[in-house]
Amino acid sequence: MQPSQTPSRVNFAGWLYVSPLVLVLVPFFVAPILVVLAASFFATDGFGGLTPGFTLASYVEVLHSALTLKLYLATIKFTVLTWIFTLIIGFFVAYFLVFHVRNQLLAIGLFLLCTVPFWTSNIIRMISWIPLLGKEGLINQVLLAMGVIRQPLEILLFSDLAVVIAYVHQLTIFMIVPIFNSMARIDKKLIEAAIDAGASRLDIMRLIVVPMSKSGIALGTIFVVSIVMGDFFVVKVMSGGGSASVVSAFYEDVGVLQYPTAAASAVLLTLVLVAIVSLILRTVDIRQEITR
Amino acid sequence: MSDETKGTFTSDPAGTGAKTGGKANVKSAKKLSRRTLLKGAAAVAGAAAGSDAIRGFPTIWAQEIKDIELRHVGVSYSVVKAIGDQAAKDLGFKVTMQNLDTSAAINRFISQPNTVDIADLEGWQAKLAAKRGVIQGIEVKKIKEFDNILPIFTKGEIDGHKIPRQGISPYEAMYIAKPDATDLNDGVTEWATFLPQVYNADSIGYRPDLVGHEVTEWKDLIDPKFKGKAAILDVPAIGIMDAALCFESAGLIKYGNKGNMTKEEIDFTCNKLIELKKQGQFRATWTTFDQSVQLMAAGEVVIQSMWSPAVAAVRVKEIPCVYAPVNVKNGKEGYRGWCNGMGLMKHLSGKKLDAAYEYLNWYLSGWQGGFVARYGYYSPVPSTAKKFLTPAEWAFWYEGQPAPEVVNDPYGVAMEKAGTKRDGGSFLDRVKNISCWNTLMDEAAYMNKRWNDFKVA
Repeated sequence: MQPSQTPSRVNFAGWLYVSPLVLVLVPFFVAPILVVLAASFFATDGFGGLTPGFTLASYVEVLHSALTLKLYLATIKFTVLTWIFTLIIGFFVAYFLVFHVRNQLLAIGLFLLCTVPFWTSNIIRMISWIPLLGKEGLINQVLLAMGVIRQPLEILLFSDLAVVIAYVHQLTIFMIVPIFNSMARIDKKLIEAAIDAGASRLDIMRLIVVPMSKSGIALGTIFVVSIVMGDFFVVKVMSGGGSASVVSAFYEDVGVLQYPTAAASAVLLTLVLVAIVSLILRTVDIRQEITR
Repeated sequence: MSDETKGTFTSDPAGTGAKTGGKANVKSAKKLSRRTLLKGAAAVAGAAAGSDAIRGFPTIWAQEIKDIELRHVGVSYSVVKAIGDQAAKDLGFKVTMQNLDTSAAINRFISQPNTVDIADLEGWQAKLAAKRGVIQGIEVKKIKEFDNILPIFTKGEIDGHKIPRQGISPYEAMYIAKPDATDLNDGVTEWATFLPQVYNADSIGYRPDLVGHEVTEWKDLIDPKFKGKAAILDVPAIGIMDAALCFESAGLIKYGNKGNMTKEEIDFTCNKLIELKKQGQFRATWTTFDQSVQLMAAGEVVIQSMWSPAVAAVRVKEIPCVYAPVNVKNGKEGYRGWCNGMGLMKHLSGKKLDAAYEYLNWYLSGWQGGFVARYGYYSPVPSTAKKFLTPAEWAFWYEGQPAPEVVNDPYGVAMEKAGTKRDGGSFLDRVKNISCWNTLMDEAAYMNKRWNDFKVA
């Protein structure tokens, strides 16, 4: 904000700036979420009929259910595992692109290469794992032929492992992009200075690269966490229906027209996600880092 | 049954096995329809000669109807583009087929009834749609072939055999007392909730080479012998019926009514499922037609609850697969029946309503019955479907006789060799052994919750 501007002009210009976003967010985000919120307080006849009113019955049911806890534990397990692997892979890919590829054109080229898997739909990307991981899949066939195993490994497909593999494959790019972005801003002279001052590679990583990539890591984390926690499809397909997630459970609720409990679960999940995201934002001041 | 991709009905069901979920759904739907269009085009061309027989059918003037468009919305194995295209050709107005999965479809009928003209309904969905007041009664008098519809649907019996009413049988869901009634009527009236158009009797598919003996009982699905090689259907309302058939077959429990379990029965069934899951009985659960084909074809499972066209799709890949004849014995076993019909949405009126009745009548006039027969499903009016089937097809699909010649699928691809017999036998052998129907239990919410316990266990 320029201090020379009058407050009213600031307001007007400010509103103008945000209006496109507001025009998108109000009808497509705020309004639906209000509908879901309202529905979560309605009563139901159990067959899709909603009675406008105010009851906390759905919340009581969701919060009292041991199932809710199990679902959150299962979902959080997938989230944490996916986060760890996408973070490690994403960080080092970005690090390599920024600090080891000297030619900027080549770096950008390699960076674009990372986005190639995104040229097909995420369904295709997920399903293509099946012929690779299956009982009679490529990996099992190779291992059997090499005599490493006698029985095909069943854990490769339709397991939690398969779910995490699919997530990591789909979501690593969401780590690479923001981390690449924040690493690219690090002044190379700083690193040179550190080397001159006798810093080891580990020190450089620990004291310069990681702290200065924090905003990218935080942004990537927000993407990965919110996508995994809001997903049910990958879990369903890659676990062979053997696992469930918070969203898959309330999707089933919608299937049998239990709108209020589904809405209450959705509201609860939104609150949990808001809490997680604000925790991340509290740890890392992304706004400050970006406008640095 | 009751899931979206049950019927791509092609001999190559791989690839598009996408299930629901935002963008994904839209994409796969597009892909499906594009392919169906291509294959359908050939079928339509082939059938053009036969379709003259039912020309001149519309009783409203061509001029007035050409601007009418009917939107028929439902699951892909029931609402098939090739059938809609043929109807449009014969009737002279536009028919748009839209595919959704079962739960998305019922949600749409209830929350956006005006975006649908003809609703594809299973018996239990017809009950719900009537209750929510989104459909209008179908005037039975206006359905030309109504008297020729098999009494399975209109009277709840066939060939002197009472059709069981565990679950929601089509007959049970068929009638309402008045056109705008919201409760079903037990007994024949002048008003129908939905007009049955396609149905079948579902059981277990298995690999005869790997299972080693003939399967005629559901309990084989939970036999420890097949630990890690069995799969079950993961659409809760249907999966639990298959599970119940297994547990009853194994003598673990006797249900009052499998189709409408008490909380205790639900608990028993889900706890048993959880126990089996922990022992590693199930390799996977499946939700779409394609997944079930893949599981079997890729050797992941050797026995699973399955749908008839999926068994055929596995066989087309030259992999032996049998659809178990689970005839009723000792008050146990039997097929799980399902039936999809058409409901008229409440907002239809005037010419559009007339067109909708023409459309309903067209469905029972035979072309569609012939089409669905070629992938193993049945028409409620076999007498008209017969006219659109070759004697060889009729003998194979309906009479259960050895195929006199090679039998093709609806798109002209060879499916069964000459001499093959349909698993389970003739039409009557199969439908008379239906012991329960797809359902929505009174305790559906509780059942759903327990099913999720099974999933997350």
